Amino acid sequence: MQSWCSGSSLAEFLQFQPNPQSLLYDYLQIKGAALHVQPIPANAAYSASTDVQCMAEGSCLLRKMEISVAEAEKRTGKNAVNMQETYTVYLIETSVTEGHNPVPDSLWRRYSEFELLRNYLLVTYPFIVIPPLPEKRAEFVWHKLSADNMDPDFVERRRIGLENFLLRVASHPVLSSDKIFFLFLTENGWKEAVFETGFLAKSDSRLKALNATFRVKNPDKRFSELKHYSDELQSVTSQLLRVRARVADRLYGVYKVHGNYGRVFSEWSAIEKEMGDGLQSAGHHMDAYAASVDDILEEEEHYADQLKEYLFYAEAVKAVCRKHELLQYELETASQDLASKKQQQEELAAGTVRTFSFKGMTSKLFGQETPEQREAKLKVLEEQIKEGEVTVTEKTLECEEFVKNAWKDIERFKEQKDHDLREALMSYAVMQISMCKKGIQVWTNAKECFSKM
Amino acid sequence: MSAGNANSLTSSGQQSIEEVSHPLSAEESVLSSPDTANAAISLAEKDLSLLNGTPVDTSSPASSSSLVNRLQLDDDLNGETHDLFVSVDDPKKHVSTMETYITYRVTTKTTRTEFDLPEYSLRRRYQDFDWLRNKLEESQPTHLVPPLPEKFVMKGVVDRFSEEFVETRRKALDKFLKRVADHPVLSFNENFNVFLTAKDLNSYKKQGLALLTKMSESVKNVTGGYKLRSRPLEFAAMLDYLDVFTQKLGTIDRIAQRIIKEQSEYLMELRDYGPLYSSWAAFEGELQKPLKSVSECVTSCATALEELTDDMSEDFLPVLREYVLYIESMKNVLKKRDQVQAEYEAKLEAIVVRKEEKIGVPMDVEKCQDRMECFNADLKADWERWQNNKRQDFRQLLTGMAEKNIQYYEKCLAAWDTIIPLLQKKEDMNVDTN
Repeated sequence: MQSWCSGSSLAEFLQFQPNPQSLLYDYLQIKGAALHVQPIPANAAYSASTDVQCMAEGSCLLRKMEISVAEAEKRTGKNAVNMQETYTVYLIETSVTEGHNPVPDSLWRRYSEFELLRNYLLVTYPFIVIPPLPEKRAEFVWHKLSADNMDPDFVERRRIGLENFLLRVASHPVLSSDKIFFLFLTENGWKEAVFETGFLAKSDSRLKALNATFRVKNPDKRFSELKHYSDELQSVTSQLLRVRARVADRLYGVYKVHGNYGRVFSEWSAIEKEMGDGLQSAGHHMDAYAASVDDILEEEEHYADQLKEYLFYAEAVKAVCRKHELLQYELETASQDLASKKQQQEELAAGTVRTFSFKGMTSKLFGQETPEQREAKLKVLEEQIKEGEVTVTEKTLECEEFVKNAWKDIERFKEQKDHDLREALMSYAVMQISMCKKGIQVWTNAKECFSKM
Repeated sequence: MSAGNANSLTSSGQQSIEEVSHPLSAEESVLSSPDTANAAISLAEKDLSLLNGTPVDTSSPASSSSLVNRLQLDDDLNGETHDLFVSVDDPKKHVSTMETYITYRVTTKTTRTEFDLPEYSLRRRYQDFDWLRNKLEESQPTHLVPPLPEKFVMKGVVDRFSEEFVETRRKALDKFLKRVADHPVLSFNENFNVFLTAKDLNSYKKQGLALLTKMSESVKNVTGGYKLRSRPLEFAAMLDYLDVFTQKLGTIDRIAQRIIKEQSEYLMELRDYGPLYSSWAAFEGELQKPLKSVSECVTSCATALEELTDDMSEDFLPVLREYVLYIESMKNVLKKRDQVQAEYEAKLEAIVVRKEEKIGVPMDVEKCQDRMECFNADLKADWERWQNNKRQDFRQLLTGMAEKNIQYYEKCLAAWDTIIPLLQKKEDMNVDTN
């Protein structure tokens, strides 16, 4: 497990801080090896890999501060086009744990503000796999779940998802020290600050990125494989989520129909003498059986949420791959430009035309140029070549840096993913076992009642 | 006996039902022996595992002595003894130029003296069972004859030769024979004996030797069309019970069908769900083993579910449906009893009229009263027996259903339990390397 804060990488670490002189720096004390792992707040339904992340010495915001999304509330207000709208706000509670007096703080944020924060992080740290937000709209719903954003169960699951998002960012070796993130957690007026960073201007256009994807010649093989992996991960998790929702639907049906036995056994027991009691009590157990499915499926939603997180994480990984392709493409373009300029210079100096150029053709057709003209052209080309060389050097460095840093984070991500998904599968298995045990219990009780009939 | 007692005929009402000897029965001599009068209750009440009452061991040779030993160890509901064991098994298909049909092996083991041999084994087809039932109904109209599985099946909808259909039918035929064998009166019926023992049943059928009892003769001649004045309370209660019971059975049948349907659809989804984990495993590294094992788990659960659903279809529903037929038979017997009573009452009235006209008292009024009182006694006895059997049958049926569900969950539990250590392994490794 790589530590971001070991001495050698500190320089790189600082390099990517938008504002190393920020307030936040006061909170960063690069300590020795002692690790105090922050316990994960009780209502985090996700895995404890944020725990693991905090092993990095001192760089983790989570070590200094407790963060939670404690509540959700409905608000109504006027939106941008002056229409009444209802929306939900979430209460972010923070508590600085350093020192003797924990200072609690809290503020309310809408989902759209979280989105804004994430977009800022995406642009500012293109080499980092940015943790995803919980889904904007309820998808993969089975019939009992509501697709309504105002539904209390949806809001509750979203609250947990938002908290998980914050915890993931706060425990990330790089992201946790971002100033804007800190302001988001603590400052009501954070929006001004985020827009001041000018991140919107820095974001790459989708078109540019798409163009690069198709025309890049030599992407790093690892990134190509990673992109392919992300595609497959996205595909399989979305299929899994869809089928799981259908499975949940059917399971619900099976359990609920058994509830009808309760009623009919009760009615039947009324006309029986010796059989009556056994039937009646068996009927109660059937009712209990039917009712038990609600809890079972509610628990399973947490598993679905864990899968969803990684469905969205796959997209975040793809974003990093796309950025690499873009940088690589820009490098290739710059190199190509330089190469052709050098070629032109050569030809001009030697007087031969090896490469086709319009100028060359016209001069062939309409006569050679004067030595003065040639001198001027050569001078221009020299300038261009000098610039081009600088550009290529810059771009090469940029690429190399990106690949190095991105790959570091990708390794971190891979470990986190393996850990989290393994835990998710484990908790799923535990859920299934619990469901089986409940089933055995109920039917054993019913069997006893029947045998006494 | 609540019917009119205008004449002081010797009524059988003073004795307990079990001890009543059948005054009009041709089998009087047999019935006078107390041991054989109270014949066996089916072995179904024993805690044997099969859902439909088929004893687990149907093929062990029962020599007379071992039979006697078993009899002495038996401890059943009414203190009745078992001396006649029958079973239906081994279905085989016969193809001839004219038709294709299934025969079943009918095995009999007995110590009764009415049988020449202690053991018989021969083959019978559905037609033969149907013949037997009709003969029993004809010859013992005051008794409840157990029902047979449905005669007609829609060709093209149900495959008459499929394993499931044949097995379901076999179980029902086995149940039918056992119920007859357990009945203190029906089991001594000559037709039953012939069915179990005659090598050539067809020629016997052709001879038309329908041995009717005097009772059946007289009941046969009861014409309908007499209106019943008032049904005695106990029989009215029986009819009410049967009506409600039919309703409840119908509801249970519908619920069971619905459950089977829901389970089948759940099964379908599981069959899509499991393989997805496999395809995921294919492109993962560390997670490959855990994902693959989850896939196998889901598949195991799906298989277990299929077994559960099949059991419900093959064992639960048919037994439920057969009880509806049983209820129909019972209702018919009650109807016949009503007619007999009605005739008696009508004739009684006629006497009063004739007395006034000073014409002689016809003797058949006594016969009618006799007939009615015997019918009532037989019916009451059969009703008690039917209630007991029903209780046992349903206890077994529902217990069996619960047991199948327990087994299903146990199978699933075992599957998921096995992958827990698999999922834990890596975590332990992590701790070590760190």
